[in-house]
Amino acid sequence: MTETLLSVRDLRVSYKVGASRIDAVDGASFDVPRGTIVGLVGESGCGKTTIAKALTRVIADNASITGGQMMFEGRDLVSLSERQMNALRWREIAFIPQSAMNSLDPVYTVESQLNEVLRRRGGLGRREARKRCEELFELVGIDKGRLSDYPHQFSGGMRQRVAIALALALNPKLVIADEPVTALDVIVQRQILDQLRELQAALGISVIIVTHDISVVAYICDRTVVMYAGKVAEAGSMQATLTEPSHPYTMGLRNAFPDLQGAASGTLTPIEGAPPNLAFPPPGCRFAPRCPFVLETCRQVNPPLETVGPNHVAACHRAGEAVELRTQAARVDTWSGKVLA
Amino acid sequence: MIDQFTPLIEINAAQLHYRVGGAMSALRGNPPVVKAVDGVSIVIRRGESVGLLGESGCGKTSMGRLLLKLEDVTGGDILFDGQSLSTLKGADLKRYRSRAQFIFQNPFDAVNPRFTIRQTLSEPLENAGIPPSQRQDKIIAALELVRLSEPLQYLDRYPHQLSGGQLQRVVMARALILQPEFVVADEPVSMLDVSVRAGVLNVFRDVRDRLGLTAIYISHDLALVRYVCERTIVMYLGKVMEDGPTEDIVHEPLHPYAKALVAAVPVPHPDQSHDPLPIGRGAPDPRNPPSGCVFRDRCPYAFDRCAVEIPQLQQAGTRKVACHLFDEAN
Repeated sequence: MTETLLSVRDLRVSYKVGASRIDAVDGASFDVPRGTIVGLVGESGCGKTTIAKALTRVIADNASITGGQMMFEGRDLVSLSERQMNALRWREIAFIPQSAMNSLDPVYTVESQLNEVLRRRGGLGRREARKRCEELFELVGIDKGRLSDYPHQFSGGMRQRVAIALALALNPKLVIADEPVTALDVIVQRQILDQLRELQAALGISVIIVTHDISVVAYICDRTVVMYAGKVAEAGSMQATLTEPSHPYTMGLRNAFPDLQGAASGTLTPIEGAPPNLAFPPPGCRFAPRCPFVLETCRQVNPPLETVGPNHVAACHRAGEAVELRTQAARVDTWSGKVLA
Repeated sequence: MIDQFTPLIEINAAQLHYRVGGAMSALRGNPPVVKAVDGVSIVIRRGESVGLLGESGCGKTSMGRLLLKLEDVTGGDILFDGQSLSTLKGADLKRYRSRAQFIFQNPFDAVNPRFTIRQTLSEPLENAGIPPSQRQDKIIAALELVRLSEPLQYLDRYPHQLSGGQLQRVVMARALILQPEFVVADEPVSMLDVSVRAGVLNVFRDVRDRLGLTAIYISHDLALVRYVCERTIVMYLGKVMEDGPTEDIVHEPLHPYAKALVAAVPVPHPDQSHDPLPIGRGAPDPRNPPSGCVFRDRCPYAFDRCAVEIPQLQQAGTRKVACHLFDEAN
């Protein structure tokens, strides 16, 4: 197996809201091997975006990293000084924010926005920067004649490509993309994913894709990290987590997805209820209130992440019965017994 | 008795052209025109569910707005139950407003944040002249219809106190409270999380079947359209490219654009094709569509004729297709 580029251990990120503290990320652990695409999946509020931002240490004013480690090539990102961290951003870790296509500044040409990164961050001279801009546009498949255009002159898909070019500007080792295709049409979505895959392979970089869409994970990722209510529910190779899920939440997510290759008009099965309020998380497993396989222990004891297969971990008291639970999870009536909260 | 086969809606060569550009181009006498909807003809039967499928800018939302008379056609005509929408006025228009309803994309934008759920659902009843004494019962019935259990608990809550899935059900309840015959739903689940999406789609299917609604479902995702509609209409730059049974389009799309759309739909399986899409890069430019077939600049099968002649929608087996590749069949 390839060596690990990033290793997150027991990460905690808390938000102060009024007098209370909300642990948006509550002890998350996962690895990003070098040269792979890792999908961080989950619903809104599960902490996936918070983790992504914590990795660059650009987090909201009322948020703080309250524990854990983020080992990136032997350095713990949690304990680096702000100055050391600043030296890492863009050069080693680049972040593509959610709806990146709207994150471009409308009053500057895209070239001047690329220049800002290349010259101020990368220390390139004017001529080198110009050359690099052209290279980057070529890399993401946009005509270099359009460097002097403003963001509004590009379509949504092209703006997303510009955002990708921006992230790649200084040859980072890790690119974090927060919902890179969510606002795009299916055709553009596919083209952007294909491009990300090509660039990842050509440049040998690692990519973390934050998404709520497991079909994006199935299409492009090598590994999956499934998050639920601030914790990692399951993590492993994309193949294993999607074909042999060991956590009931992952099983439920699979059922809830419309599938063009499946039988016609089959019934989609929702997971009834909603994720817990993180200001008052349930004492045991956080998925217990929505889980059809809940036991008494689940409501009291929080299950740790345990190995369920080669390179595959899950946090479920009943992970040992996963084969049987998968059969039950495929049935609609398994999920219908719950009252809508 | 409702006849299953009478058309409820007849769209005849409907056009919605917007004049764009500023005063200068108007003075020059040749203002650019965006053809949001351009010569669309569709017949929709009572009780039918039709998916309008296409990328942003294809005219699917404009088509929805025309059908609800939020916008008037600039050419052609739309008949609802035999009556032309463009001439509807006064009491007739008010009656139409209660017969046809819209379900919006983002539930948080579709409701007034300062209104409680009770106020949100009372408004249409008030407009329809339902006396206050009857309103609560109707509100409860509508909330039960969309499967919000114990509806009483929601009445005095505000939108921000509800989850996205719950609020989208309220938006649906508001659209259904006056018992419309026809609803247009514009990407109603695109803002919702995956685990609750399925619940909202199930409610939509169930309500439609129970009330015998005629429905238009607007989306760019064929997997979602397939889940709720037996018929699909594929649009590109304001025109209909293909129109037919959803299953046929899913399994064997005929129009080159429909082929690309079907191939692009992501599936939640590890083993899937990574073949490049059969479509050229770039985005449709509604201000400057190509001559002839509007899709030809991205079409891998385009030939000479496509540049000079606009393909007409013609029958091809179970469906209609607007593509010169199918000319020979006739």
